[in-house]
Amino acid sequence: MSGIRAIEGIAAVIDIDNLDTDQIMPKQFLRGIDKSGLDKGLLWDLRFDGAGSPRPDFVLNQPAWAHTRILIGGANFGCGSSREHAVWGLQQFGIGAVIAPSFGEIFQSNAVNNGLLALVLAPHEVRALVAEAARSSAPLRVSVDLGDLTVRTPESCFAFHLAARHRQMLQEGIDMIGATLRQQQEIAAFAKRHWAARPWLRDVGSRVRQKLDQADPAPSAGEIIASSER
Amino acid sequence: MSGRSLYRKIVDAHTVSVLDEQHVLLFCDLHLMNEYTSPQAFAGLQAAGRGVAMPGQNLATVSHIIPTHAVFPRVIREPASSLQARNLAANCERHGIALFDTNDPLQGIEHVIAPEHGMIRPGMVVMCGDSHTTTYGALGALGFGIGTSEVEHVLATQTLVYRRAQEMRVRVDGHLPQGTTAKDLILMIISRIGAQGARGFVVEFCGDAILALSVEARFTLCNMAVEAGARGALIAPDETAVSYVLARASDIDIAAARLDWMELHSDHDASFEREYSFDACGVAPQVSWGTSPDQTIPIDGRIPGTADHPEAGTTRALDYCGLSPGMSLQGLPVQIVFIGSCTNGRIEDLRAAAAVIRGRRVAQGVRAMVVPGSGAVQKQAEEEGLARVFAEAGFEWRRPGCSMCLAMNDDLAEPGERCASTTNRNFEGRQGRGAITHLMSPAMAAAAAVTGHIVDVRTLEALP
Repeated sequence: MSGIRAIEGIAAVIDIDNLDTDQIMPKQFLRGIDKSGLDKGLLWDLRFDGAGSPRPDFVLNQPAWAHTRILIGGANFGCGSSREHAVWGLQQFGIGAVIAPSFGEIFQSNAVNNGLLALVLAPHEVRALVAEAARSSAPLRVSVDLGDLTVRTPESCFAFHLAARHRQMLQEGIDMIGATLRQQQEIAAFAKRHWAARPWLRDVGSRVRQKLDQADPAPSAGEIIASSER
Repeated sequence: MSGRSLYRKIVDAHTVSVLDEQHVLLFCDLHLMNEYTSPQAFAGLQAAGRGVAMPGQNLATVSHIIPTHAVFPRVIREPASSLQARNLAANCERHGIALFDTNDPLQGIEHVIAPEHGMIRPGMVVMCGDSHTTTYGALGALGFGIGTSEVEHVLATQTLVYRRAQEMRVRVDGHLPQGTTAKDLILMIISRIGAQGARGFVVEFCGDAILALSVEARFTLCNMAVEAGARGALIAPDETAVSYVLARASDIDIAAARLDWMELHSDHDASFEREYSFDACGVAPQVSWGTSPDQTIPIDGRIPGTADHPEAGTTRALDYCGLSPGMSLQGLPVQIVFIGSCTNGRIEDLRAAAAVIRGRRVAQGVRAMVVPGSGAVQKQAEEEGLARVFAEAGFEWRRPGCSMCLAMNDDLAEPGERCASTTNRNFEGRQGRGAITHLMSPAMAAAAAVTGHIVDVRTLEALP
């Protein structure tokens, strides 16, 4: 994920506001204990019909968009569930950037943590890209430059903002945990002060669990109430 | 210098260091985990040869994948899901993290079990790989959802690189009318401010109508703030909240804690980037009609737009839901009723539903399910006789879990089925491919179950 300077290639438009992460990566693809195989599940219900056949009218199923690199989405892209699988699936599918007027916040954090560019443009700028893409039967080619922070198409050029931290993460691929671990001593000192002032917050997970275990060492499983069940 | 907001006080009290203008290194008091958003985080730690920094500040539960059939012991038959549960247990064992495992009688949804056992305390920072972590604002604790990379960061460091949010205050005065609940209030607020109306913000709720809510009702309210895009929700802890915590936590130095918690309110001169004000008196029972939680109307309202001019951006949702602009939702037949979830799976929710159902029967052709939020809720409902009320009325009385809220287990609605649901998201396909979700309160869902259609619970005739 390190060393991203530019992202360029074919862009596909999915002009749906509030495209939630349930739709980006449905539940049946969340059963793994690793990150593999998520390209298969990406946008499943949009890409495939109920019988599992590709929907020919959906943009990502059309041969000219087979190598889509950039998605142009609607407002609040990636809202809803925190599932990072949505970001992993996009990347495994070959997507390097999503351009939208706004993003769900957890999705946006997940994107930056994985080196997927969640690029915000003003609503009228995104509309211009959508319109430009619609004017041609051939796929729109878009290039995103992380150096001068611009989005370029044959007809337009838009500047975008990226927090310095996020730009650095994309360009250099920082090990965030490693960076934080260099503050280990500060964290330990903080915790010591914090717990001295508020001892009821120390080990709150393990202590409560222990108390529950002591209070009722063998709680009954409860009577099973008879109810008809489908 | 102007005063500080409650949000700012909590963030300041948990700031280990300031990283830049926007970001701080934020300490996490309690990190909750489930079986499906944590495995890759544990694997990442393992791969990097790192350990868990402070295991005692962590807790895990099996919640999303667990089957809810009324059998004991509970067996996860789906092999991949079963592996997720075993993997979670192994990770907790390896790192010394407390776990509520599959057959633990106290197992349940993270956002139900953590507060019910007194783990959530005012002023805390709580994180979880689940977006509904905003729930804890009900107790004056800052909770928010995180992704799996961040889960790994919290495990390794007990901190998060955190971008400070903007601040919003939502004041609700007046009293909620009879037959309406916190669910109706939050659905109304989301419908007014929109699905991204609070994006970028932490929302502080205040006003008479908020303080009149029980703690469980406050959980419902704060839980769904994320459906307006909020990064967090907060209610300044009052005596109602403090009593709730002290009744459940036996390890707190009460005098010291009360002194600390007295500071947990926004100063009178604190400023907010955005403020809203609502009147609770006019709130009617709310029902969602579309595929985003902000597509919600009062039960006596009509779907916005006209046949010739649907409201912008609603055509796709209307097609999916098989509805048209100008329609009323009253009388719309439902095939499934689901009562449960981290939004409405607590004892007060079950009492409210049972009060409607008592003496009535589930309508023919309706599958009605109750899934308690936790083992403790289940046990209490059985002791209070609620479980029997549900079962005798023809409801399935099931075991705890997330169940049909997101249908990650085998509780799945079929294509085209319409579900009256007490959950939090009516997204396309959320409860099953092609399934249509109508969000509503437990009482409204119960009314739908006994009549077979969406109905105003206030119009059900009193039983003799």
